[in-house]
Amino acid sequence: MDFDYSFRWNVAFKALPDMLAGSWVTIETAVLSMVLGVLIALALTAMQSAPQALLRGVAATWVSVARNTPALFQIYMLYFGLGALDIHLSSWFALVAGITFNNAGYLAENFRGGLKAIPHTQVRAARSLGLSGFQAYRLIVVPQLLRIVFYPMTNQMVWAILMTSLGVVVGLNDDLTGVTQAYNVLTFRTFEFFAIAAVLYYLIAKGVILLARLLAWRLFRY
Amino acid sequence: MFSTDFSASDLQFMLAGAWVTLRLTLWAMLIGTLSGALFGLLRATLPRATAPLGWFLDVFRSVPLLIQFVLFNSFNSIAGINWTPFAIGCLVLGIYCASYCTEVIRGGVLSVPLNVVRAARSLGLSYLQTLRYIVLPMAARVSFPGWVNVNLGVLKDTSLVLWIGIIELLRASQSIVTRIQEPILVLCIAGAMYYGMSWGMAALGRRVEQGWQEHD
Repeated sequence: MDFDYSFRWNVAFKALPDMLAGSWVTIETAVLSMVLGVLIALALTAMQSAPQALLRGVAATWVSVARNTPALFQIYMLYFGLGALDIHLSSWFALVAGITFNNAGYLAENFRGGLKAIPHTQVRAARSLGLSGFQAYRLIVVPQLLRIVFYPMTNQMVWAILMTSLGVVVGLNDDLTGVTQAYNVLTFRTFEFFAIAAVLYYLIAKGVILLARLLAWRLFRY
Repeated sequence: MFSTDFSASDLQFMLAGAWVTLRLTLWAMLIGTLSGALFGLLRATLPRATAPLGWFLDVFRSVPLLIQFVLFNSFNSIAGINWTPFAIGCLVLGIYCASYCTEVIRGGVLSVPLNVVRAARSLGLSYLQTLRYIVLPMAARVSFPGWVNVNLGVLKDTSLVLWIGIIELLRASQSIVTRIQEPILVLCIAGAMYYGMSWGMAALGRRVEQGWQEHD
């Protein structure tokens, strides 16, 4: 291997403030898609055991499509597919919707598994103590479910962060990968810029895990 | 009524793309499983000594795959290695797969109770015999569902190689969309192909799992 390439890290470091701003967009996007994903996943979990066949069908289709096709395909479908129906989503909106769709599918599957670990007798006990169905779900089932699925949820959050990098493929230019790609196109210092982006993504991912640990320690102590 | 410019040769082009997707997946599975099995065994038996290996592999799970592709690709040109994009795609996906396989196989090996190992040793089996006849068969059964899941993930993540210029299924459908301007139809066909491949892989996995359970 002979190198006739000189690394210019100072050029890349000048872009650091912009890349940090991009990191913030990445974090915001991932958090938003995660919050929406959890809400939809809770609804899908409830739908999976609904008496109506239609609701069960919708939930089953959502989960299996989200889990059996690539996230990039899902974003393409929202960006190019809906574009053909004259519904023009911005790149950012298509990205958020795509990741939310994906998160909700994976989380619903986790929630379903977690729900099995909670004995049904607890709901009956709660009901016999006078709690309404919704109260029993909110006060008895969900707090226990959250403990069981907390670790998979942390993983999903890290994946959501990593998935936001797909926005650049549909033309997003203000998240971390988008900003990096914009500088790359201007300067052709591909390796330097993307190496810094990789370090930033690594730090964000580790930050998420650290925060989750602190949160788990604060929330789940008896 | 409904008419389309989607032709038989377009379908052929997409099937060729799907074949690239499958080849990428198979190479990544091969590289990932072999090195993942080795690393997983090392991580389970020598947890202290191989901690740096664990941190190293963790990097590949914490950085977006897209960025890993770009970095390897540009390093390839910088260092003048001149691999084809396909080889780089296989390598990056292989390392990515290995980093997940390592964790799955480590978990499987750790799930074998120590007493079983002690019993095997006290029956006179050597360390390698214990590994070969007792630990690995038991660990394989525990790790298998996780391993299938990792490979399903890799199959879907192959779509990201379009960024370094490989024409796989999603890229192939994108170029057809650019020509005939019917994104919904073309993308639905691509989605059905992905769905079919994932489903086939999962079904194969379930079958092997059931086969193993019968002999237990």
